[in-house]
Amino acid sequence: MTTQRMTFAKAINTGLRKALEHDPKVMLMGEDIGALGGVFRVTDGLAKDFGGDRVVDTPLAESGIVGTAIGLALRGYRPVCEIQFDGFIFPAFDQITTQLSKMHYRSRGRLNLPVVIRVPYGGGIGAVEHHSESPEVLFAHTAGLRVVSPSDPQDAFTMIQQAIASPDPVMFFEPKGRYWEKGDVDTDADPLAAASTLDGARVLRSGTDVTLVAHGPTVATALKVADAAASEGRSVEVVDLRTISPLDTTAVAESVRRTGRCVVVHEAPVLYGTGAEVAARITEECFYHLEAPVLRVGGFHTPYPVAKLEHEYLPGLDRVLDAVDRVLAH
Amino acid sequence: MTTSGPLTDDGLVQLLTPTGERVDHPDYTPRVAHLDDEALRGLWRDMVLVRRFDTEATALQRQGELGLWAQCLGQEAAQVGSGRALAPQDYVFPSYREHGVAHTRGLDLTELLRLFRGVDHGGWDPTDVNFHLYTLVIGSHTLHATGYAMGVQRDGAVGTGDPGRDTAVVTYFGDGATAQGDVNEALVFAAVNNAPLVLFCQNNQWAISEPTTRQARVPLAARGPGFGVPSVRVDGNDVLACYAVTAEALERARSGGGPTLVEAFTYRMGAHTTSDDPSRYRSAAEEDYWRQRDPIDRLTTYLTATGALTDAFRAEVEAEADALGERTRTFVRALGRPETSTMFEHVYATPHAVVDAERAWFEQYEASFAGGEQR
Ligand SMILES: Cc1ncc(C[n+]2csc(CCOP(=O)(O)OP(=O)(O)O)c2C)c(N)n1
Ligand SMILES: [Mg+2]
Repeated sequence: MTTQRMTFAKAINTGLRKALEHDPKVMLMGEDIGALGGVFRVTDGLAKDFGGDRVVDTPLAESGIVGTAIGLALRGYRPVCEIQFDGFIFPAFDQITTQLSKMHYRSRGRLNLPVVIRVPYGGGIGAVEHHSESPEVLFAHTAGLRVVSPSDPQDAFTMIQQAIASPDPVMFFEPKGRYWEKGDVDTDADPLAAASTLDGARVLRSGTDVTLVAHGPTVATALKVADAAASEGRSVEVVDLRTISPLDTTAVAESVRRTGRCVVVHEAPVLYGTGAEVAARITEECFYHLEAPVLRVGGFHTPYPVAKLEHEYLPGLDRVLDAVDRVLAH
Repeated sequence: MTTSGPLTDDGLVQLLTPTGERVDHPDYTPRVAHLDDEALRGLWRDMVLVRRFDTEATALQRQGELGLWAQCLGQEAAQVGSGRALAPQDYVFPSYREHGVAHTRGLDLTELLRLFRGVDHGGWDPTDVNFHLYTLVIGSHTLHATGYAMGVQRDGAVGTGDPGRDTAVVTYFGDGATAQGDVNEALVFAAVNNAPLVLFCQNNQWAISEPTTRQARVPLAARGPGFGVPSVRVDGNDVLACYAVTAEALERARSGGGPTLVEAFTYRMGAHTTSDDPSRYRSAAEEDYWRQRDPIDRLTTYLTATGALTDAFRAEVEAEADALGERTRTFVRALGRPETSTMFEHVYATPHAVVDAERAWFEQYEASFAGGEQR
């Protein structure tokens, strides 16, 4: 086992490199991912080592990127597309929802589209508009897509390789605000032999009083909340969803049956969000274990605000702690 | 006929006039020189069979056996001519009206009807005949074709000089589709990658009720050069000319010369689909004008004049068409309703907990009525 300390971005880079080495059909495509290494440097060095036919600087057209990736997949390739920023995925929305998601179904299983779409997402980086959004549920609402989001470098390293190996299309949401956070990554681990698959949530911190559900960028926030709550004598269990589609409510329900309380946190707007889905399912599955209504903490029903206001918009430590207090007050 | 704009007949490659006279073209005559009487009869037979099938499907829709049908009436020459220029290893990405191309790929035409009957979203295995499923979102598939062609390049199946290996990809789309972003992006991606792609636009002059003048102010082929893609306008009702220009474009693609835009200028003689009423937006005079330019008639005239089209052959094809019609009717009527549970199949290639749970719930729900029905 070789454990290295590396950033989240480097962990994905290392996972991509492994995938490129492992399977000659894997290829990366996107805007500025070659010589520049991507605007976040996630593909740093890969074009140099694997060449421009496998790490492709595409024309500046997102529908074209995803549409041609579909064609490449039909020819037997495994394209990994990088969308430069969350807010620029919409030109590709048609190809993703009407074509990518449905090809396996409409061909009655004859055609597979093993395409991964990497999306740096989320806020907190002081950016101009369209660079801080969290559109993951827009894709989770479409059958045929898997929608996942890692929350730490080890998981990022493992999950990107699992996503590339999947025969299904995978929307891979990368919390860009966490790109420079470091963690230990076992780079020898076989991603396909990993205990955690692309399908399941995981309990990151055990607790007894409240289940706090998060994914992607808010997982680190949730862990901080658990620390802060602990200092006040409250025991918070943190569940990292890891996947939005499928949604592993079995793991969440198992936790809530023990704690009796549940708070869901995400950066995306609360209205029709992941929290709404988790709350509905938890209410259905463990109604008699609940001591309090399931609460949601997330973005407001406004466009993503200006950078100077984003920390009031984002679900930070205080707002999540407040929700924890409220469920405990019941 | 206008002299400028997208509906002009300026610059159309033609080898067979509307009155069935064979004319020469310095660049394209050599492309059809090898087509002997048997090959020409073959093209005629293809067109006649496709038209019979198309007529039969329309009738089946009227009888309530199909939910919808999109006729290719009038576009047989563009489809059969281009389709017969393809090699087996070439790959086609059609839109939804390319029944003539499907026939040239060796797809049993009846297979197309599952989609229109409402029993399947596709209906055939595309890899059997290198003919992708129909795509109903206008223009989307042109990008799939471009990506597929980029894959062909990466496989080294271009420019080897081996006629059994070098591969071209062809995508079919309409005049309306040329306004879509995806078609324009396909031209950009194909151009910068020098992809082995033929973009075959059937300008049938109508996108439902909108004439091509609502999509462009220049002939559609004039768009190609701006993308760096060589373009050609061809008389889309001339099966020989369509064969010739496609053969040239395919050769360019297979040899590594990159993409070509072909505009086949034709006419949608029927309604857009069986749900449409063209009398609301176009004149009977216009329809008459184009009926005079029927793509099958001009080949019939020509081959009758040369003596290639014998009465015996015509009778043979007539019988074949009757049999196809009969087979089509039987096939469609025998297509039953799929099992309800198939709704949940193949949503994902690997298990998905939500789909699995919903399916399990639904099956148990359905089963709960089983006893009640007997009582
Ligand atoms: C993206 C999209 N918009 C609208 C439609 C509805 N629609 C179906 S066919 C059609 C006209 C297409 O015209 P054209 O591209 O010329 O092809 P044709 O039907 O003439 O073969 C329209 C508007 C659609 N299928 N897809
Ligand atoms: Mg049209």
